[in-house]
Amino acid sequence: MRRPREGSGRRRELMALPMSLYAALFVGVSLLYVIGLSLFTRGDGFAAQPPLTMGNYGRIASPLYLRSLLQSLRLAFWTALLCLGIGYPFAYFMAKSRPRARTWMMMLLIVPFWTNALIRIYGWKILLSASGPVNAALQFLGLVQRPLKLLYTDGAVLVGMVYAMIPFMVLPVYSNVERMDWSMVEASRDLGASPLSAFLTVTVPMTLPGILAGLVLTFIPSIGLFFLSDLLGGSNTMLWGNMVHNELLKSRDLPFAAALSVVLLALTGLVILLYRRAGGKTENMVF
Amino acid sequence: MKKNSRWASLYMALVLLLLYLPILVVVLFSFNANPGRTANFQFEGFSLQWYEDLFDPAAGYGAALSSSLVLAFWSVLLSAVIGTLGAIGLTRRRARKGLLARAGASALSAGEHLAMLPIMIPEIILAIALMALFSAIRLPFGMVTLVLSHVAFCVPYIYITVKGRLATLDPALEEAARDLGASPAKVLWTVTLPLAVPAIVSGCLLAFAMSMDDFVISFFVNGPQTTTLPLKVYSSVKVGVPPHVNALCSVMLAAAFLLVALGQLVSSGSLRRRRRAPVSG
Amino acid sequence: MAERPVLLSLRGLHKSFDTQEALNGLDLDVYQGEFLTLLGPSGCGKTTTLRIIAGLEQPTSGRVLLDGQDITALAPEKRAVNTVFQNYALFPHMNVARNVAYGLRMRGAPKSEISARVDEMLELVQLTGYEKRMPGQLSGGQRQRVAIARSLILSPRLLLLDEPLGALDLQLRRQMQQELKRMQQKLGITFIYITHDQEEAMSMSDRIALMRLGRFVQIDAPRDLYERPQTAFAASFIGETNLISGRAEAVKEGEVLLQVAGFSLPCVSRDWIVPGEALLLCVRAERLHLSHEPVPAPCRVAGEIVESHYAGGERTTVVRLPDGQVLRARHTTEGESEPLPGSRVYCWWHPDSGVLVRDDREETP
Repeated sequence: MRRPREGSGRRRELMALPMSLYAALFVGVSLLYVIGLSLFTRGDGFAAQPPLTMGNYGRIASPLYLRSLLQSLRLAFWTALLCLGIGYPFAYFMAKSRPRARTWMMMLLIVPFWTNALIRIYGWKILLSASGPVNAALQFLGLVQRPLKLLYTDGAVLVGMVYAMIPFMVLPVYSNVERMDWSMVEASRDLGASPLSAFLTVTVPMTLPGILAGLVLTFIPSIGLFFLSDLLGGSNTMLWGNMVHNELLKSRDLPFAAALSVVLLALTGLVILLYRRAGGKTENMVF
Repeated sequence: MKKNSRWASLYMALVLLLLYLPILVVVLFSFNANPGRTANFQFEGFSLQWYEDLFDPAAGYGAALSSSLVLAFWSVLLSAVIGTLGAIGLTRRRARKGLLARAGASALSAGEHLAMLPIMIPEIILAIALMALFSAIRLPFGMVTLVLSHVAFCVPYIYITVKGRLATLDPALEEAARDLGASPAKVLWTVTLPLAVPAIVSGCLLAFAMSMDDFVISFFVNGPQTTTLPLKVYSSVKVGVPPHVNALCSVMLAAAFLLVALGQLVSSGSLRRRRRAPVSG
Repeated sequence: MAERPVLLSLRGLHKSFDTQEALNGLDLDVYQGEFLTLLGPSGCGKTTTLRIIAGLEQPTSGRVLLDGQDITALAPEKRAVNTVFQNYALFPHMNVARNVAYGLRMRGAPKSEISARVDEMLELVQLTGYEKRMPGQLSGGQRQRVAIARSLILSPRLLLLDEPLGALDLQLRRQMQQELKRMQQKLGITFIYITHDQEEAMSMSDRIALMRLGRFVQIDAPRDLYERPQTAFAASFIGETNLISGRAEAVKEGEVLLQVAGFSLPCVSRDWIVPGEALLLCVRAERLHLSHEPVPAPCRVAGEIVESHYAGGERTTVVRLPDGQVLRARHTTEGESEPLPGSRVYCWWHPDSGVLVRDDREETP
């Protein structure tokens, strides 16, 4: 029976003031400002001016943008799903390996992500190019006569996305599986469950927090990573992130770019809301 | 617990191979003698020419690296202070009585949630928000705006790691220190902070990696004089396929391996220390 | 005991967490040099009481006086009171010497004094030579000693110990009990000790304060608590007890006749007893004797053996009275003939071994 002391707690909470103020200013105010901007009209140069309008949102409700939105969501969905399919078994096996092997695995998994994301994507660009190793291998094996067009396709973007996002699935699932009480699995086996049904009825539900966190962590960023489709995608791969990027830097339409961001923010909010509803916690999202 | 089967090991090896394939290709091509600045990816012979290019000051990689390091240094330092203080302040809070106290407490909770947002929303949203904010308050784009932006997304990493560590500490440790005559400030300095150091270090390493790697946010808030390494790489890769990027990647990879090995050393040290800690009830 | 000066007083202590009453009006005087134990089931408010004395918790109302001075609002670091925590709470990042020295360092004592005092304390707890060890490298018993040394270095007027031996195994526990008692007597420091182990409380304490539901049920010397419990709870919390329910009949001076299942039992009266009232008679299991012949004893009932459990040197026999009440008798197995279930038996006890107690078993907060 232990309870925290009162009294001294109040002054201690004040230590969180810098963090709260910083977040209020640079996250809270700036996001509110963007929401505000989205309701203005485009001004001269890189500015916004009255009158207030919902016109920016009206523009978004056009086939061009809706198609882009759909494409982004579809890509994010497949990215999250493929990350789960590839990452879950990996995390599961990693958690079941010997401690020494586990440390090595972890290191091998993390190190590539300490190098720049752009460079890793660049590696895929080499691999998938017409004269690159993949095509060379295919031709050498006689599987194809002429080089396949692998680069600058939606498939290439998906490969790049999954590649960029997979640690964000592996890490939360791993930390979940690692902390799991294996006697529960043994108990379910003891009660007559087959290995598969023990996995489905015990392991999966018990690692659900990790799976949920992994899905959110791979889904959300996939919508916004414009540089990936920039480098690997074709000219018709226009993801939401590219739209924002283009409006901002090419068309220099600040209010409209703001409106596009607000839509993305709302989507994100929805996903996080669903995640919370399903019992997810913020802490599960960092390791 | 059953050991992994042969199939499991094979699967893991395959995934790791796929993970490293693009990197290996990049390293391999960094030694490629192919002189072409075109999108020609054929290996033609061994050469160190791209490394020479890379270290040529005119190429601008040195300047970009130093920008990135300065940026990461200040961002991590500031977020370490802000995040650690935040974690100490908000660990093990107590329900408040009274209207004003409760209002203050919920304001702090709101602040905590806001502070975590940068790592939960797509980077591009924060990027455009900060860009708009900075141009609205007429803050010139450059190192200052970069640091302010990076602190925003570095704080959550440090906050969450430190808070996680503090939450596992036996509350009796701080009480014991008070009981033995330490003022609240001394308790922080002699007990809480030293015990949080391993978590602060690993949070800082994480934040450092994130800052060094960040492209999206830097892309929108950088100034003409502050091209960071990721920005430099992007512009090089975007224009053509300059082979010295391969050399750069290999150098960064080597550095990353070194840093991670270092990090492992630190965290295994902290692990050992943690294992020695008495089990708290 | 009464001539000793009072060191600590609790006056009308109340504590509520949210809506729950943890402490419900505590009054207590602790004398200088005394070894007082707070005993009670978990959740009875022992730890809360201790934490309020240490200053780690504020009472909702009431006062704490140390040497006659009100210290209720005083911060923990300003009280001449130290605590040995339940899980020791040794600082894991400091070695043994630095843990022990912590209090003096916080007080800003000179280096030479600190090292001399640390040596002295480590000698007291027999850990000389362990200065450089980290807490994680010590056994449970050694950690315990460091925790004690650390809290004694400031020479507190009062030492609070929260189940200090709870995590140790039985053998080590017995040894540490004796050592703690020896230390307490040698240093003359007042101890307030929490335990839920009644044997520990019995063997170490000068007085035991038995707690239940945030109240003191009885504060007495161990012997008085055992021999003269005031309530059914006090009687049953310590030792194995039979609570025989009956009705008070004739109340004469100093004596009550208790009607139990058709038997009339003379008992020592207590001043609160009213004739006709339903009462409980407390008879310890080991004070209840069995016999197959009708023994000429005034306190005697007859029943039927239900079952009997052999436990080495002792045996517990369960007897059912004609009205269905069940009694348990503990007796030595030396030279016995095994009691047969179903056979008729007489239970008897010395009139002084039966204590009439108030029935407080149904009480709730």
